[in-house]
Parts: sequence; structure tokens; C-alpha cells
Amino acid sequence: MPILVSSDKCTACEACVSGCPFGAMQVVSGTAAAGDGCTLCGACVDVCPVGAIELQVERKAAGTSAGDYRDVWVFAEQRGGRAAGVVLELLGEGRKLADQLGEKLCAVLFGDKVEQTARELLAFGADTVYLFEDPSLANYQDDLYASAMTELVRAEKPGIILLGATSIGRSLGPRVATRLGTGLTADCTGLAIDPEKKNLLQTRPAFGGNIMATIVCPNHRPQMATVRPKVMARAKRDDSRHGEIVRKALPKGVDLRTRVLEVVDELSETANIAEADVIVSGGRGMGDPKNFSLLEKLAKVLGGAVGASRAAVDAGWYPYSHQVGQTGKTVNPKIYFACGISGAVQHLVGMQSSEIIIAINENPEAPIFKVATYGIVGDVLEVVPALTEAFRRVRG
Amino acid sequence: MNIVVCIKQVPDTTEVKINPQTNTLMREGVPSIINPFDMYAIEEGLRLRERFGGRVTLLTMGPPQAKDALREALGLGADAAVLLSDRAFAGADTLATSTTLAKGVEKVGNVDLVICGKQAADGDTAQVGPGTAERLGWPHTSFVRKIHEVAGGSIKLERMTETGYEVVEMRLPAVITVVKEINEPRLPSLKGQIRAKSAEIPAWTAADLGATPEQLGLSGSPTQVVRIFTPERRSGGKILEGSLAEQLDFLVARLRETKAV
Repeated sequence: MPILVSSDKCTACEACVSGCPFGAMQVVSGTAAAGDGCTLCGACVDVCPVGAIELQVERKAAGTSAGDYRDVWVFAEQRGGRAAGVVLELLGEGRKLADQLGEKLCAVLFGDKVEQTARELLAFGADTVYLFEDPSLANYQDDLYASAMTELVRAEKPGIILLGATSIGRSLGPRVATRLGTGLTADCTGLAIDPEKKNLLQTRPAFGGNIMATIVCPNHRPQMATVRPKVMARAKRDDSRHGEIVRKALPKGVDLRTRVLEVVDELSETANIAEADVIVSGGRGMGDPKNFSLLEKLAKVLGGAVGASRAAVDAGWYPYSHQVGQTGKTVNPKIYFACGISGAVQHLVGMQSSEIIIAINENPEAPIFKVATYGIVGDVLEVVPALTEAFRRVRG
Repeated sequence: MNIVVCIKQVPDTTEVKINPQTNTLMREGVPSIINPFDMYAIEEGLRLRERFGGRVTLLTMGPPQAKDALREALGLGADAAVLLSDRAFAGADTLATSTTLAKGVEKVGNVDLVICGKQAADGDTAQVGPGTAERLGWPHTSFVRKIHEVAGGSIKLERMTETGYEVVEMRLPAVITVVKEINEPRLPSLKGQIRAKSAEIPAWTAADLGATPEQLGLSGSPTQVVRIFTPERRSGGKILEGSLAEQLDFLVARLRETKAV
């Protein structure tokens, strides 16, 4: 195996044993060793506190010189001319990072007739907005957005670029990062600046939310990250703020290989869980897909939306657009009802920042009760209708 | 249609449990599986072959034991499988993985469409599909939930968005990543499994791909993991007591204080 462990340095602390995502590290007679499951991912090298583990491959420090790159950029994703909610969160977080570095916060906006949106970005904290305005930019288009973004990055040399971990950000981010040959960290839930080296510390959940990993991009610039929506606090609006709008021209002759023929909005009929103040979610403990109507009734009385666990969605009981969790949506409503949801780790990562969590489950040992503000042990089919009735009474 | 489906062997994250005493991961006996999202990519490749003819070639980058995943996928009916395996690939982040897979697709040759699952269940990045497209110099569409048609050198499909979907037309060759709404994966056939058991699975090295070592593995990876830790869990509150009516009265009163209801 090209995983080399120095028996002199190794203290048998087992940091690598629990740090290995594949469970392949073991301590054998006082020294760590990689076993059969090893995929050479290098996680053990990074977690070893005494530097005893080496991957037998050269890591070249080729890359870009960090000194030439400065400023924090936010990709200001828009649909229908309006900036996405996550953009305001990125501006809030980006402002902190920029202030810490003593650099500017800039937004990059593509769209058609979006000057008003550009002004709003200034009010929400951007010092500069790079604005590309053209009818061809009304809808997201990979080739055009990626070419314009890459060209602007090469000219202006930002140190950090943040994008929302949305369907657009997760399509544009890897395109641009790959073209620039730099790193991109997906779906971050925490960002900070390393006080010594000034690198961006990018923290994200992995392995279905079972572990958190902090990732850096030390030798390449810009440092790029997509950030999970609804995790960071939104920037506050201040219309007295001043900043500049810098208009940029689209690059010429970009070959447009994809074309959006139609945009269909499906969420109008069903409430959007990402924005709701109250969410009533159901899991496999609901027993039958038709029992989700009980949750819909409770949600209706409370003016909330209906969510579902992965297990319920996988079973075909409720649509994926309502799924809460690591592979669904992250939500942080004021009140979250978890009905018949056991509380698997991948579900908890998507809802545990809710202000109040109410768990209803038959099994008093269900892990959901460990995170719930209030727990009711009982049959969901009895408790949920009773709760609906109780709220209906108080609301008249 | 000449199709390549990229797959990844991952630990089954739904089987991962936390040790309540030490708050660390318990990985003993966690099985390796084909990334669940890749099952939909394989199925879509097979369905396109059934509609338009052609070949489905499976591609994975991984250690020698990743051949097991390829063999399992061959049992579903793919025509061929190739393992990309070399020490030089070790420690790859999404950029280096994209580079390696793109070299593999180029070596397969004459490919019209590359299909990937939307993301891998261990990393959850969703970056390798688009990155591979960029390395190939091809267009891509992520989060595809339906393929309408393939005609005249282009493909028409539906891309899932936060609020619905978009109908997109894209020129071939291209890369797509698929979500689970796209199909219902089939089960392996007995005939397929027997054939898969004896199928030749070539392993291509960095030299076979003609790739420069600086672009691969750890050397070609701008990102590094510096810390891995178990996430903090929110601490629990109280389990309500008394009759159901009493519990509900308490709850309704508390929730009304929040003004959210």
C-alpha cells in the first residue's frame, strides 16, 4: 500500500481510525496501518496529529501566487430578475470574510434589465457589483455564464468566490473552477479565515452528514465554494450604503451549446418548504401515504408547508421537492414538526437549526427525541389530528 | 448511441452509525455499494440503448476492489466496463477526478453521451459530472429528470430546479447528471449476472490514459482536507407528560408565545 505510517512517530492515538471514511485504518501492534478497504483518499494523512502518515505520491505545490488575488466575490444568482435568497446570505457571510481580510466585497450579476437588482446588492453590502446585462442572460445558460465569469476572474483576480449550492451554482461552480484549474468545495455550511495563513476554511458535511470536513485550497486562487442555502444569516438591507456598479461586456463568439426552451414553475400549488415558517414533516412512521393528508391539514391550520423524510420520499409517499435532509433541502423554520420520523443523521442535518422542534413518535427511544425541543410519545395518527383540532380551536 | 456511464463505489452511508459513548463513527461491517444515484444513470444508459441502439460502457476510477462495483453493474446489462486504477490517481479531489474520468472517456472513443448520477453518496459534491464535461470540452446539463428525445445531433431533456424544471436542448456529445425521478432501475437478470461473472474488465493506468502526473491524484488536487470531526448535535429538550389533552394544551400555549402560529 502506498499509505506509509512511521512507527516512530505514530502514537496509536487512533485519530486515523475514526478519521478514515472507509473504516480501513487499524492499529496493529502499536502502529496504524491501512487495510483492504483503503481507497487512498488521503483523509488519514490530514487527520494525523503527529504527521506520521504519508501518501506515497508527490504533492506538487504548483499553483497560483495568493498575493496577487484579493477581494471576496459573490455570484448573484437570479431568476426572473430577482436575486435568489441565498445571495443575501452569501453577502452577509461574505461581508464578514471581506472585513476580516481588509478586502472588498463584490457581487457578480448576470441578467436582463436587472439594474434595480444590482442596486439592491449594494444595499445588502456589496462594495462593487460587476453587471452583465443582455437579453441572452435572462435565463441561466452554462456556456455564456461560465465564459463571462472565467474571463472576469482572470482580469480581476478575486481571492474568494462564493456561490449558492443551488441547481445553478452547482452547475456553474464546477465549470468555472475546472476551467481555471482551481479548487471548489461543495455545499459548505461553515466558512472562516485561517488567522495565520489567511486561507479560507471551508467546512461541510460528508458521508450523509455523519462527519464534518474542513477543507482548504492553499496553493490555488481563487478559492471557490458553494454554500448551502438557509444556513448563513442574511445581510441587512441599508439603502443609504454606497457602492459602484461596473458594467461589463459579454465575451464575443461564445458557442452556445445548450438552450433553455421552457421554464416551468411547479411550486406555486404546493408550499415551498425552503421559505416556510412552519413545517410539518412526515416519515415512514406515518404508516401509509394517504396519512400525509393529516399533515397537510395541520400545515394548513398553521399556514405552513409539508415536508418529508428521505425514507418517505424513497418509498414514493411524497414528492422529492418536499424532502428535508442531506440530499434534500435544508430548512430552518420557526417550528418544525417531525411526525413519525425516527431522526436519522442525514435528516437531522437538514432541520436541526429550526428554532423549535416538535417530535411525535411512538418509540420513546427514537433519536429524534434527542434533538427535539418538545417530544410527544404517541401514535401520530391520533396525536396529529388532535393537534390540528387544538390549533383550530385557538385560532377560531 | 455510444454511451459511457460513470459510477463510483461508496460505503453505504445509510449503514453508518454513531457510537453514542464516544460520539465517533462506527464503520465496522459497513458494506461497499454502487453509489445509489449511479443506479439511475446506469438504467438511463440502458434505456437509451434500447431506444436508439449502440453500446453502454461503464467507467469507474478507484482501487482494484472497485471492479466488484463494475461487475455488479455489468449484471444489469451494460456491454463493457473499464477500471481506471493507478497509485497516481490516489488522493484525488473533484478536479483531479474529473480530469481522470475525461481521459478515460476520450480513450473509450467516439462517445456521444456521458451519464453520471447527480452526486456520490459519500462526498455529496455533484461536481465531478460538470467538471468532466469541462475537461472534455463538452456541454453538460445537471440534475436531469427526464429525456424527451435524441435527434439530429442533440438531446432534449428536463433539468430539475428549486421551483420546478426547465426544458433544455443540448448539442451532443455531452455530459448529463441524473436525479432519481428519471426512472426506476431494473434488477439484474440471471443471464446478465452469469455473463458479468466472466467478463473481462480492463484496468487502465495513468500511462494508458496518457495523462500528465501533475494533473492527477493528490498532485492534481487543489483542495485538501485539514480536519475531520463529528458534528455537534443539538441537545434535546423534554418529553411531555400527562394526558394527551394536557400535553397538547401545553404545546399550543408555548407555540402561541412564539407568534409563528
